[in-house]
Amino acid sequence: MSHLDIDATRKTIRLYLAIGVALLIFTGITVAANGLHLAVPAAITVALIIAIMKGSMVASVFMHLSHERKWIYGSLILTVLFFIVLMSVPLFTILDGIGTPIRAVPAAEHAGHEK
Amino acid sequence: MDMNIPYTVEERPDTGLANGKLGIWLFLASEVMLFGAFFSTYIILRIGSTEWPHGELNIPLGAVNTVLLISSSVTMVLAWASLKMNDFGKHRMYLLVTVVLAAVFLVNKYFEYAAHFATGEGPWHSTFLAIYFTMTGLHGLHIIGGIIVMLYFLGPGAKLWKTNPEQFTNRIEYTGLYWHFVDLVWIFLFPVLYLL
Repeated sequence: MSHLDIDATRKTIRLYLAIGVALLIFTGITVAANGLHLAVPAAITVALIIAIMKGSMVASVFMHLSHERKWIYGSLILTVLFFIVLMSVPLFTILDGIGTPIRAVPAAEHAGHEK
Repeated sequence: MDMNIPYTVEERPDTGLANGKLGIWLFLASEVMLFGAFFSTYIILRIGSTEWPHGELNIPLGAVNTVLLISSSVTMVLAWASLKMNDFGKHRMYLLVTVVLAAVFLVNKYFEYAAHFATGEGPWHSTFLAIYFTMTGLHGLHIIGGIIVMLYFLGPGAKLWKTNPEQFTNRIEYTGLYWHFVDLVWIFLFPVLYLL
């Protein structure tokens, strides 16, 4: 390995340590935000935003996704698309009307309709 | 007969990647779908239930486990960076620290599980505990898998460094990618199960 490569790796190590510290700080913020006893929708929003930020840091820096080859990006784009479909399944269950009780038509009204 | 597996170190001309790198990413893509299915199930169970328990889990212990996994991700990436700098001794030290942090995570998880079972609160107790034990149990199995791979590279797998250091460095990189994914899953599991 050349001296240039070793210098570049040393700089990257400083970045890894900085990201590690940032992740620990964000973990502290997540726990502190939980202590505020926010309403459930607000608590979910705050916790997920912080988790997404932490996840992005791990993926882009530790997993080197900030500078990867197009084949890896391609396979991950497909994964993200299928993941979105998977996360939409709960929404489909809400929109699905099968099993929803239908209001019964009163017998008198039904008989009148037959005339 | 000496048979060499192609593209373990050099990049394939069509993908621009060593085969192992593309292989581990495709494996991680399947893992995203596996855990995604459980997160989707969690959402369905939660929106379908009339009440959802809060404060059933030990938040300080969950937070400590988050710190442990984040720290282990840092030591894992430092183990790989040490190999890039030809420092095999430091690599072994960082990899060993990663294994120890992962083991402590499992010990904490054992105490959490034991506290639940002691009060009769197993997965059968409620919908919440069923999904909690399923998701954290699956994640725990991934931690055990990671520990086994890292112990292999601390033991018999380390011999490769002497004969083919570049291939060994690549293997540690792939192990690291898997380990960071396990950390990433926990980053979402912690708030979803412990805090919300």
